[in-house]
Amino acid sequence: MTSTELPLRLTAKDFKSDQEVRWCPGCGDYAILAAMQGFLPELGIACENTVFVSGIGCSSRFPYYLSTYGLHSIHGRAPAIATGLSVSRPDLSVWVVTGDGDALSIGGNHLIHALRRNVNLKILLFNNRIYGLTKGQYSPTSELGKVTKSTPAGSADWPFNPISLALGAEASFVARTIDSDRKHLTSVLRAAAEHRGSAFVEIYQNCNIFNDGAFDILKEPETRDAALIRLEHGQPLIFGDKCVVKDPRGFGLRVVPTDTVAASEIIQHDETVTEPAYAFALSRLPEADLSHTPIGVFRNVTRPVYDDMVRDQITAAQTAGPGDLAALLRTGDTWTLS
Amino acid sequence: MTKQLQQLDRVVIRFAGDSGDGMQLTGDRFTSETAQFGNDLSTLPNFPAEIRAPAGTLPGVSSFQVHFASFDILTPGDAPDVLVAMNPAALKANLGDLPPGAEIIVNTDEFSKRALQKVGYAVSPLEDASLAGYSVHPVPLTSLTVRALEGHTISKKDAERAKNMFALGLLSWLYHRPSESTLAFLERKFASRPELVAANIAAFKAGWAFGETTEDFTVQYEVKPAPMPKGDYRNITGNVALAYGLVAAGVRSELPVFLGAYPITPASDILHELSKHKKFGVTTVQAEDEIAAIGLALGASYGGAIGVTTTSGPGVALKGETISLAVALELPLVVVDVQRAGPSTGMPTKTEQADLNMALFGRHGEAPVAVIAPQSPADCFMAALEAVQIAITYRTPVLLLSDGYLANGSEPWLLPDVEALPDLRVSFATAPNTPDGRFLPYQRDPETLARPWAVPGTPGLEHRIGGIEKADGTGDISYDPDNHHHMVVTRQAKIDGIPVPDVAVDDPTGNARVLVLGWGSTYGPIGAACRALRKRGLDVASAHLRNLAPLPANLGDVLAAYDTVIVPEMNMGQLAHVLRARYLVDVVGYNKVRGLPFTSHELEAEVERVLNDQH
Repeated sequence: MTSTELPLRLTAKDFKSDQEVRWCPGCGDYAILAAMQGFLPELGIACENTVFVSGIGCSSRFPYYLSTYGLHSIHGRAPAIATGLSVSRPDLSVWVVTGDGDALSIGGNHLIHALRRNVNLKILLFNNRIYGLTKGQYSPTSELGKVTKSTPAGSADWPFNPISLALGAEASFVARTIDSDRKHLTSVLRAAAEHRGSAFVEIYQNCNIFNDGAFDILKEPETRDAALIRLEHGQPLIFGDKCVVKDPRGFGLRVVPTDTVAASEIIQHDETVTEPAYAFALSRLPEADLSHTPIGVFRNVTRPVYDDMVRDQITAAQTAGPGDLAALLRTGDTWTLS
Repeated sequence: MTKQLQQLDRVVIRFAGDSGDGMQLTGDRFTSETAQFGNDLSTLPNFPAEIRAPAGTLPGVSSFQVHFASFDILTPGDAPDVLVAMNPAALKANLGDLPPGAEIIVNTDEFSKRALQKVGYAVSPLEDASLAGYSVHPVPLTSLTVRALEGHTISKKDAERAKNMFALGLLSWLYHRPSESTLAFLERKFASRPELVAANIAAFKAGWAFGETTEDFTVQYEVKPAPMPKGDYRNITGNVALAYGLVAAGVRSELPVFLGAYPITPASDILHELSKHKKFGVTTVQAEDEIAAIGLALGASYGGAIGVTTTSGPGVALKGETISLAVALELPLVVVDVQRAGPSTGMPTKTEQADLNMALFGRHGEAPVAVIAPQSPADCFMAALEAVQIAITYRTPVLLLSDGYLANGSEPWLLPDVEALPDLRVSFATAPNTPDGRFLPYQRDPETLARPWAVPGTPGLEHRIGGIEKADGTGDISYDPDNHHHMVVTRQAKIDGIPVPDVAVDDPTGNARVLVLGWGSTYGPIGAACRALRKRGLDVASAHLRNLAPLPANLGDVLAAYDTVIVPEMNMGQLAHVLRARYLVDVVGYNKVRGLPFTSHELEAEVERVLNDQH
């Protein structure tokens, strides 16, 4: 493509709004916001063509702090509203910012349907495993037995694994990253932005007020290397002194000491495997304490995009020219009184 | 044989049979022939919610009533003059509605012992005295059809199924209907199966010939065309008219129409119809649920489309939170509620007007919206156009209250001149709106109080909006007490300021002391009842509300000008409640919820009772 226009040269400053950021000091959302503001300029998409749609919750305040178009909607409905926008406006880059309660509890239905349709949305799920804005109730990702204000005797709810859920809906792009690892976060956002169709990104985000340290095992220098599995396309799944191999029982994967297996047994990560079962097996690796947690891109496959198909039908219907309203009204039997 | 020809000025025919007997199609074709002939007409389909209730049972009866006349009429008719009963269940289910002397054409082939037992007839009503007082024409419709189709290479089942066309042929002969459109229709309908085209046409012609030759029918009837305004007509149901109104709104506004919908009776046909019109840039999405459906529509509106969602009462209940969001965002949105009998699942295929309270008040917070209700099937076209006009001009949700009767009922429609339809073009915001070059998303038009419609993609107008209260002007989050009060008052003032036409009163003598006021689909029976009373020399005034929010400015004066105001509604008095609260007028309700439109006779009797009480 040749253009005589200068490419857009935007900086992080161009994506900062004039609104005062009102998250709690120390919240993981600050890091995600900074990473996003730093990353958006490199997309080369003008501010006016980027839209952030959110639901309700701490994370859903995100759109107010970016200088793009933003719509802070109602609890759980952001994927539905964003779908209407994305389908009707192919020229826009539409992002959904949501949380574990917003996306997986009240809005679970909209999330899975956006993903199975493969709407061209980038969905960022900030998972802090707690309800923050309503002050500390357990969330659908809280661990079993979680003691919170609403579960003084411990939660009896089995938690959702957001990655497994997204893969169950056959999401075409599924990734996980961590708020505190800016470099990794940015690389995952970049891959999501480049993906055509639904991109689902789970971001582990620390709520330092109601669930502080939930992801420390993945962040602390002394534990993280043994706990984190960094997914890199084409690379063997080796971390610390362990690696990932096929589980001889069932259809899954398991973690074993690297020195107990032949190199050829170690799984080479391939994010393009069409069948979601492989990525699903990866998503099942973490233990209850989050050890063996993969981060990075689980799945990145191409399948038809809902927006394109819907618009193509309209374009096809209009190839012979626009509709004739007077002719439409006369459809069927008509008669004339003179 | 020579037949007598008798002139009638109006006839009501009801076709009734099993759900699988094709009665809706038969009624529809007879209606089309009648429309072509130039009669005024009105129809009332009545069918079970079950797709195929057990054959031959009372719950499985499906009927289609058509009223046609040589003058302009307003209702599908109170009681049938003619009942076509395809089986014992159809006879039993409808007999109670027939006035003495009515004609009954009955398919004797289906009156087997088993079929009679199924509906609780110990003895065939054709053989005892239960049909005395009616003029009964026993016709072996099924066997006559099968015999007429001997030699056609179709199955016995297909031959039997063509009995509805035999019945249609007979009725078409009996009432002098032109048959060309039905023959052309059959050619189209069975285009892929020429043997069925031939068989159905043969059955139709056999029914016609049967009428001509049998001695059972000695009289043929004629209903002269009605004097109606000149022009081109078609017959149209409310749901199709509503869909066309939305397409027309897209054309006249030069904006894309975007429908988010979840299937629900009796609104689904609007989704089906709009799905066909992609040529007009109409996008339809069948959403995962009612809430998603309105969310999709709102998202599309935010992007600059005409966002529409269509549903029935249960769906509106689910959409309430999003309607309130649209009130706060001040974005255009059209919510169509094709009302059905509730609460809960209620009677999904039966009509009611009991969602008025929900439309006016059924949301959290102070969330005023505009509410409009069409008064007849064809009026759904203009109501849809007006709903869009209000929504995009005032950036507000508009609730359009249709109902099951309007949705499926039909009437002739004088086709509008497309160029004369209202110009709905509106402007998007394109530039900053302050002297210092900023863009304030809630800076209002002083005339309409509408905020700018600034769609994403417009450079320089990037802004953030949401459900949290906003400072007027800037749109920034605001918890300021005075601002919140101001915003609540302003959103209400915006709705109150929408210009709606004055309510027109029909009081031919000017002497009436009693006013009958209706809204929505009761327009027909109220009008017919008042005409009948006036014909008898009684003075009565009538008026009809199409706009329920805001109400017409002159309504208070109109109500105050009469000694008594009667408000018939197919609910327990929802409009009456509003009028009492707002205008302090002691209106008299007439409230019935039977899942069927009012008959003009019951309203006539009720108004007469009130008139007599006055003296």
